[in-house]
Amino acid sequence: MTNLHLWLIPLVPVAGFLVNGLLGRRFPKALVTAVAIIAAAIPMLQVADIVLHFSSLATPYIESHGAWIATSAFHANFAFQLDQLSLVMLCVVTGVGFLIHVYSIGYMAHEEGYWRFFAYMNLFLFFMLTLVLSANFLLMFVGWEGVGLASYLLIGFYYTRQSAANAGKKAFLYNRVGDVGFLLAMFLLVAHFGTLSFGQVFAAIGADPALHGGVLTAIGLLLLLGACGKSAQIPLYVWLPDAMEGPTPVSALIHAATMVTAGVYMIARAHVIFDRSAIALLAVAVIGTATAFFAATMGMMQTDIKRVLAYSTVSQLGYMFLGCGVAAYSAGVFHLVTHAFFKALLFLAAGSVIHALGGEQDMRVMGGLRKKIPVTFWTMTAAVFAISGFPPLCGFVSKDEILYQAFVSPTPAGKIFWAIGLLTAGLTSFYMFRLWYMTFFGESRAAAHEEEASVHARHDSRLTLEAEPAHPVHESPKSMLVPMSILAVLCVIAGALGWPEALGGTNWFSRFLASAASALPGGGSTHLELILAIVSTLVALSGWYVAHLMYYSRRDLPARMTARFRAIYGLVFNKYWVDEIYGALVVAPVLFIARWVLAMLVDRGVIDGGGLLAGYTAQGFGSLAARIQSGNIRSYAGWLAACAALLLVAVYFGWTVHFGIR
Amino acid sequence: MVPISWYLILSAVLFSIGVAAFLIKRNIITVFMSIELMLNAVNLTFVAFAQQWHMVSGQIFVFFVMVVAAAEAAVGLAIIIAVFRSRSTLNVDQIDLMKL
Amino acid sequence: MHLALFLIFGALCVAGALNLLLQRHPINSALSLIVVMSSLAVLYLLLGAEFLAAAQVIVYSGAIMVLFTFVIMLLNAGREERTRGSKMAYVVGFPGAAVLLALLAYIFITHSGDFVRLHAGENMVSTAALSRVLFRDLLLPFEVTSILILIAILGAVALARKEH
Repeated sequence: MTNLHLWLIPLVPVAGFLVNGLLGRRFPKALVTAVAIIAAAIPMLQVADIVLHFSSLATPYIESHGAWIATSAFHANFAFQLDQLSLVMLCVVTGVGFLIHVYSIGYMAHEEGYWRFFAYMNLFLFFMLTLVLSANFLLMFVGWEGVGLASYLLIGFYYTRQSAANAGKKAFLYNRVGDVGFLLAMFLLVAHFGTLSFGQVFAAIGADPALHGGVLTAIGLLLLLGACGKSAQIPLYVWLPDAMEGPTPVSALIHAATMVTAGVYMIARAHVIFDRSAIALLAVAVIGTATAFFAATMGMMQTDIKRVLAYSTVSQLGYMFLGCGVAAYSAGVFHLVTHAFFKALLFLAAGSVIHALGGEQDMRVMGGLRKKIPVTFWTMTAAVFAISGFPPLCGFVSKDEILYQAFVSPTPAGKIFWAIGLLTAGLTSFYMFRLWYMTFFGESRAAAHEEEASVHARHDSRLTLEAEPAHPVHESPKSMLVPMSILAVLCVIAGALGWPEALGGTNWFSRFLASAASALPGGGSTHLELILAIVSTLVALSGWYVAHLMYYSRRDLPARMTARFRAIYGLVFNKYWVDEIYGALVVAPVLFIARWVLAMLVDRGVIDGGGLLAGYTAQGFGSLAARIQSGNIRSYAGWLAACAALLLVAVYFGWTVHFGIR
Repeated sequence: MVPISWYLILSAVLFSIGVAAFLIKRNIITVFMSIELMLNAVNLTFVAFAQQWHMVSGQIFVFFVMVVAAAEAAVGLAIIIAVFRSRSTLNVDQIDLMKL
Repeated sequence: MHLALFLIFGALCVAGALNLLLQRHPINSALSLIVVMSSLAVLYLLLGAEFLAAAQVIVYSGAIMVLFTFVIMLLNAGREERTRGSKMAYVVGFPGAAVLLALLAYIFITHSGDFVRLHAGENMVSTAALSRVLFRDLLLPFEVTSILILIAILGAVALARKEH
């Protein structure tokens, strides 16, 4: 059995983080770049090597590096695990991560904090790889928290901007709420199974076929809470749109391809637990479906290009949850992979557009860019078609697989999930094409806008000495275009990995993952699958058609529709007031308690008061005692007499204290 | 036939009167005299006990007490004179320079 | 006989002490104290301490009280005025003194059975016996007291000197 040295995979990025973090400020830019890229490339190469040798490995391959907690009651090791599921995640994280690192060379070229950015990116890689490679819940939690930290650091990268700092805080806090769920689930696991190691827990569950529901439901629901926080599902999704304050590569890597998928990975990893609890699975599916639908509706109305993509991410994550919720874990994970490709590409292309326009993010002032930035246009087109679910692109394959599995799932609500999922697919197609048309087609609205005083959306490059002045629209540098092109190619061909049997493929992906995250056999026929595939394609086409109508051929339609449905429009445009509701229901009371109860009452009153009280008491007693020292002989004599009498009485009546040995 | 305890009670009474005089009187010389009274009361006690246990050392102690009382009276009165010279008052309540 | 003598001179002692307490003029207090001391001398005699009785009269009444009287005359101490004194002395002191007296009285009364009953003039300790102990066993303390007195004289002279 070969030693794969799994520990190297996370370790190289953290070394990169340390070098760039501690010394990067003084390095020339080229050196920072070199360190960062090498730190991202080596894991990718190592994973590639593992892929090549994977078939000869016995899985799961576990590598233990000593004990972390070793008490009589509980053990936890620094252990890494490699199986099919973690290999898939590794490929996604290292591959897409590396591409985005390369992209960032060009995108962040003019930034002040160049070294800081790459240091944080490497740090993120380290934590994400730890999360994916860990063999127990505890080490996974380390990675879990760590990616939250890296996310906070990177969202708030432009820390001089109040909104960016707030967004970072918001992301971290909402993640934290989810983490409580994760922690409680871990406590329950320890209480019930005495261990947090994947192998041991799952073996214990497997060895007890009668174990259903009950504590497993509780654990499942709590894990789901954790996943909701990390993967931005209802009710904890509100941080993701705000996270667009960070630089675009961050949005691509963390909030599209990797960190937000950690929740899905966790559910797939813990599928043994979910398989035994129908309630938890149902909860996963319900949350996933609801989130997918709601986020899609909100994405339809956004005007900031990155915000559209953010809501799209939330919605697609909902699909992944739906996939896992009907126990089709491999479908959910496959959608994770394809989503990584097309969403990362969407973000990178959006970044390229923003870069071309010198920092503009509002789609209402874009347009007519098709001829001016062709490479960006064509790559983005590939991604848009992929996400909308057009065959034979990868998005179609994965989304269709999920919808099919939902339809044939034994859950009673399966068909409802399918219907809502289908509707959401239509909405997805609509708003993606809306984005496509508004950004690239028609006349350029940017020129007309330049004369006005700036209502510019947030400039990404605020930390540079000055925002770039009126640059003519230009294509991005090669370092940005090459990763985008690679991702575009992947979007097109990746579908082949999971091509369904109904359409002539072998669904290799599902078989590959079967041992790690088995999908329950769904039943149904190839016939059904074919029909459903056709239905989904028709829905996608209709979404395109409506978008074409509203944003290309008849430009007046959006305004007229808005006027007609003003109330609904207002509701959706303001994201259903969810942020405001949270603010009033949760934030305001917490702030009130913090300011008035804790700060005033407890901190100033009790703690400071206690100290002050002690001081005043000492002073009071002191001044009381000082009165004895009056200089008056008679008062001295009086005290003497009294105390002498007291002493005598005490001695006579034996009121003395006995010390020492009796 | 007088039990010695009566002597002791007498000395206790004298001692208490001495304490009371110390507390009441305002003239510093009188205060001093009350101290002498207290010393005398104690002397009486010593002699009584010397008789009780037939030990001479009780009386010798009284002898020493007298000597020391004499010395103390001399020095104390000298101090009173010095204080009187600087403060022109013999009132105990007005000699309170050592107050906080 | 012993009883009668004890009662008379005991009463004289207490009366003198009370008088010391109650008189306003210090000279009256001084004279009362002389009465007390003389009575005490008689009581010492009753208790068989002849030397001490003599010493009491000579040293205490005859020297120390004279000294007091000289100082009173020297400083021309007058009647006491009423000043605002210390409350503490009354509040705390008197109870203290009272408790003291009560306690001592209580002890001596309850244990009175332990004490010897005395006749007048019993067990006279002769001066010879006293001096034997004093000059043989306690010679060093005796010499030290003489130095003590020397120091007292020096101190008194130094303190009471008129400043130039």
